[in-house]
Amino acid sequence: MDFHHSEDRQMLADTLGRYLQQRYPIETRHRIAASDAGWSREQWAALAELGVVGALFDEAAGGFGGGGFDIAAVFEPLGRALVVEPFLGTLMAGRVLARAGGHDALLGEVIAGGTLVAFAHEEPQSRYDLADVETRATGSGDGWTLAGRKAVVAQIEAADRILVSARIAGAPGDEAGIGLFLVDRPAHGLAIRGYPLIDGGRGGELVLDATPATLVSDDAYPLIEDAVAAGIVALVWEAVGVMDVLKAATLDYLRTRRQFGVPIGKFQALQHRMATVALEIEQARSAAINAADALGGDRHVRERAVSAAKYTIGRAGTLAAEEAIQMHGGIGMTWELPLSHHAKRLTMIGHQLGDEDHHLGRYIALGRAA
Amino acid sequence: MRDGDHYVVNGQKTWTTLGQYADMIFCLVRTSNEGKKQEGISFLLIDMKTPGIEVRPIILLDGEHEVNEVFFTDVRVPVENLVGEENRGWTYAKYLLTYERSNIAGVGSSMAALDHLKRIAATQRKGGRPLSEDPLFAARIARVEIDLENMKTTNLRVLAAATHGAPPLEQGAMLKIRGTEIRQEITSLTRRALGPYAQPFVSEALDEGYNGEPVGPDYAAPVAADYFNNRKLSIFGGSNEVQREIITKALLEL
Repeated sequence: MDFHHSEDRQMLADTLGRYLQQRYPIETRHRIAASDAGWSREQWAALAELGVVGALFDEAAGGFGGGGFDIAAVFEPLGRALVVEPFLGTLMAGRVLARAGGHDALLGEVIAGGTLVAFAHEEPQSRYDLADVETRATGSGDGWTLAGRKAVVAQIEAADRILVSARIAGAPGDEAGIGLFLVDRPAHGLAIRGYPLIDGGRGGELVLDATPATLVSDDAYPLIEDAVAAGIVALVWEAVGVMDVLKAATLDYLRTRRQFGVPIGKFQALQHRMATVALEIEQARSAAINAADALGGDRHVRERAVSAAKYTIGRAGTLAAEEAIQMHGGIGMTWELPLSHHAKRLTMIGHQLGDEDHHLGRYIALGRAA
Repeated sequence: MRDGDHYVVNGQKTWTTLGQYADMIFCLVRTSNEGKKQEGISFLLIDMKTPGIEVRPIILLDGEHEVNEVFFTDVRVPVENLVGEENRGWTYAKYLLTYERSNIAGVGSSMAALDHLKRIAATQRKGGRPLSEDPLFAARIARVEIDLENMKTTNLRVLAAATHGAPPLEQGAMLKIRGTEIRQEITSLTRRALGPYAQPFVSEALDEGYNGEPVGPDYAAPVAADYFNNRKLSIFGGSNEVQREIITKALLEL
């Protein structure tokens, strides 16, 4: 088997990596992440120009990628550089619009980088359960209005339009009866409370009250599940990028930091711990490969693979983040060291789109259903 | 360096916790280069207002200013500020460290943190039920609770021994390792309990007197920052790796 990216994908990953190295160094990243906006429109435009957004979508949607390994090739370098711009939301919202059909013009604007669409699905009570939608959609004349709340939507303040899930029929927890809608900004009854995120950038809470909306799909659960699967592939590859940086920084520290007259990497206790971290990172990379490979295939196989990968990344990510700090000692605790920001991002990836326990439980449930 | 009725102090101390608020600072300083490295260290009490002292902040990964570097340039300290005898500082420090390490088990704060975690887990919902009823999460809480119950007794055993003189160094080391692991696990579970709401970080919400609308549950604001901040527990007071070496050194007698 050949585990290398295709030539085109490798070229994209290399180009993106070089761009980020030169134009998105850690000082720039800190400045953007802590800014009022929490992202950079200039960076977004430049990255879209490079084709980074287009790589997330297939040709039918106006892009030139869209496969699991295309997403991997983009998100791994994004992870290395701790990019805060709204790639995850763009991937998930764009994927829904492409599958739903009839949104070619909007998708074209998204891929060109001119329009941002956020994906607002999770709710304050839903805790990763994709079918737990309480937000209500009500038909009114030939349109719809929405009422409800959406929780911790990454970079929602940046969005020009918001893709919102809402219940047309049934009860929270039912997979049937969920719709997806586009909401404009500004709109009647729409309020956003934005805030900084602990790992940089911003998120926000969305409140809708009799807010007019355009129907995208009235049977949206399969679209949501597919979009979240793609989002998980993105997050696990972002995590792989983050973990590779943590590993390299820690190895470097073990080689150079001296204590009792020798590099601390000479101490067997640290050697064994480093070996365990390295092993877990490779297992996590394999899980991410499995998930990327399964993204375009059978629903059941796909969902098992993404849950397995998110579980693995959650577990390995916590270990890698904690051990990287520990092996650095006090300096690993400081803001000044880029490593501490990679550790925070890696930990918070564990809180997005389902944590370790959620996906372990889901993996078991999917196994029973087989 | 002794200069008449003063010591002249030059050098740098680091990780000085809350040093920005201190009026006085206890310092271990080298007063002799003779004999073993542990000899020749003295224990001084220094007025922070003495000319030549500079405190520089170290910002931690949670964005907080909690620790500092303290620089000493030709700082003159009156000889009467020497604690105990000259060149005996390491003996006093070791004695203090033993007690730092028994206190560092933090059984009391772990008990309070566990209660807080249980209340959060009973309030958070997963699949329409309290998170505390989720078998995976309940098992995580139970494991740390059992560990803490065991640690309470281990701690009392060391304290009981301490009433007959300072406990052996390796017992303090055991308290330090497992005590900090328990505290870290509880902060980790509290972070996990929040689900997506671990991500928002409204730092003003941590200020005294803040009465703004919370983001998510009202207990969420400090949780993730606490988790990251508490990574320090296994590093300071002698890292847990150093503590493990103390234990095996004492047990193996090689």
